[in-house]
Amino acid sequence: MEILVCVKRVPDTSENEIEVNSDGTDIERDDLVYSVNEWDNYAVEEAIQIKDKVGGSVTVVTVGDEESEEVLRREMAMGADNGILLEDDAFEGSDGKGIAAILKAAVEKGNYDLILTGAQADDGAAQIGGMLAAMLDLPYASLVNFIDVSDNKKLKVGREIEGGNQEMNEIELPCVLSIQTGINEPRYVGIRGIRKVASVEIPTHGASDLGLGADSVGAGAAKVKRLDYFVPELGEGAEMLEGSTEEKVAKLIELLKAKGGIK
Amino acid sequence: MAQFFAYIVHKKGAADDSAYELINAAKKIDSSAAVTAIVTGSGGDLDKVADEVAAAYPEVWKISNDALAYPNAEVVRKALLNNLPSDAVILMPHDTFGMDLAPGLSIKLDAAFISDVADFEGVDGTDIKVIRQEFSGQVSTHVKVDMAGGAVITVRPGVFQPDESKSAGGAVTDKDAGDVSAKRKYLEVLVAEVGDVDITKSEVLVSVGRGIEDQDNLEIIHELAEAMGADVACSRPIVDAKWLEKSRQVGTSGLTVKPKVYLALGISGSFQHMGGIKGNPFIVAINKNPKAPIFQLADVGIEEDILEFIPELTEAINEAK
Repeated sequence: MEILVCVKRVPDTSENEIEVNSDGTDIERDDLVYSVNEWDNYAVEEAIQIKDKVGGSVTVVTVGDEESEEVLRREMAMGADNGILLEDDAFEGSDGKGIAAILKAAVEKGNYDLILTGAQADDGAAQIGGMLAAMLDLPYASLVNFIDVSDNKKLKVGREIEGGNQEMNEIELPCVLSIQTGINEPRYVGIRGIRKVASVEIPTHGASDLGLGADSVGAGAAKVKRLDYFVPELGEGAEMLEGSTEEKVAKLIELLKAKGGIK
Repeated sequence: MAQFFAYIVHKKGAADDSAYELINAAKKIDSSAAVTAIVTGSGGDLDKVADEVAAAYPEVWKISNDALAYPNAEVVRKALLNNLPSDAVILMPHDTFGMDLAPGLSIKLDAAFISDVADFEGVDGTDIKVIRQEFSGQVSTHVKVDMAGGAVITVRPGVFQPDESKSAGGAVTDKDAGDVSAKRKYLEVLVAEVGDVDITKSEVLVSVGRGIEDQDNLEIIHELAEAMGADVACSRPIVDAKWLEKSRQVGTSGLTVKPKVYLALGISGSFQHMGGIKGNPFIVAINKNPKAPIFQLADVGIEEDILEFIPELTEAINEAK
């Protein structure tokens, strides 16, 4: 099975506190640690496991800049065979539809049976997989947490729905699936693994290579534009306990006893 | 002004809470909007839901077809495309169904798409200004959406007040689903297994999140729960890492709990997690990140590293016994 996985480089929320910059135009990006979007990493692991079962290849693709190459290499170190970087100044300011249009053009340059994306990203809108599928006129399922590849014409997939329940579907190939976290256990990638793929060439395609005009990608085509960032006020806020650790422990125990939290 | 629609999620003949929130969400965009509810499905359950929501919406489109008996997003999309006008602005909840349907629908309608909207802040010409959250609620953004060619909008459940008046006395109109053949077929729903402890019945929950850092550290959580006579619950990353069973997960993709006291330990407080906590419990948040959204939602907060604080708390509770 020829599998394409769409991935994205994002600020790593387990390594960073995300803060708004001084003029509210962006998040504070100095000293941010970036990594591959967590959901995408599960998608790549799933693709590799499918390849190991039924054969084929796994290609990872991203829309980004030179720095996004590290994300592609990391996923190649996991076991993806190829990486493709989609990079062009004309892509700047694209909204979700623009990104999906860029990926669609890249999909059409290949011959894929299965296209995976992460179900969402911390800085995203959970939109790319569904948009890409609709543009390609392929069937789609989101929040996938189970894939059975025993048939080469169709897959059996599970979707995570409310209450921890699982919705089972049959979906014809080729198709697009967005992958939910927890579907597998993504393998660890060590420095040695990344070194191994450090010199593998990653082809880069721009707007003209992909036959994309300014009417379909970039800021000009975007119907959705982020205006600013700000810090939300969600509620009145908690009463913060202050003092030494000992004092905080004592205050908390008192409160818990009063509220019936200690039996 | 564009024509507004609300897609009604329903189950077992009853409309989801979101049905009554969407009408007020649409009115926040345009206070004079006449919003049409769309209900898809089949049989008596569909009739019941259509009649129910007609109390809140001036017009209800009822699309009946056996293929719509279960809401398979690929099938629903076709039924909607066969009926919606080209400049429709359609709202639906940002739940596991809305996430499945909405992005693809926006492409087929050639409409703008915006997801998980937490609030609307007015209209300027054909632009709607919305508020969304990013990074699990650590920051918010204003986003401008051009709805000149229609829009598909998913709305965060629970943030808009539901319409309680139910005085619309709306008319139900039957609509034809049209061709709804699809390459995805719904098979069945597998219901989540019940774990050894039923956290939906617990009065006191000690709930652990990403801040625990390592599986071995869970020991301190179990020790605290034992000292307090509480049960252990967790947020999604702990289940994804397979450190605890799915039956311990609190949140919209896990279980809904109704404890009296909820200790959120190393949990950031994403809306998906908080969406699983009902009944207004006394919430204590302990987190080393002072900017964690949980501190805005909890009753009492402590800025500490749980790995250091919890063992001291447990020891003090045990000493006091």
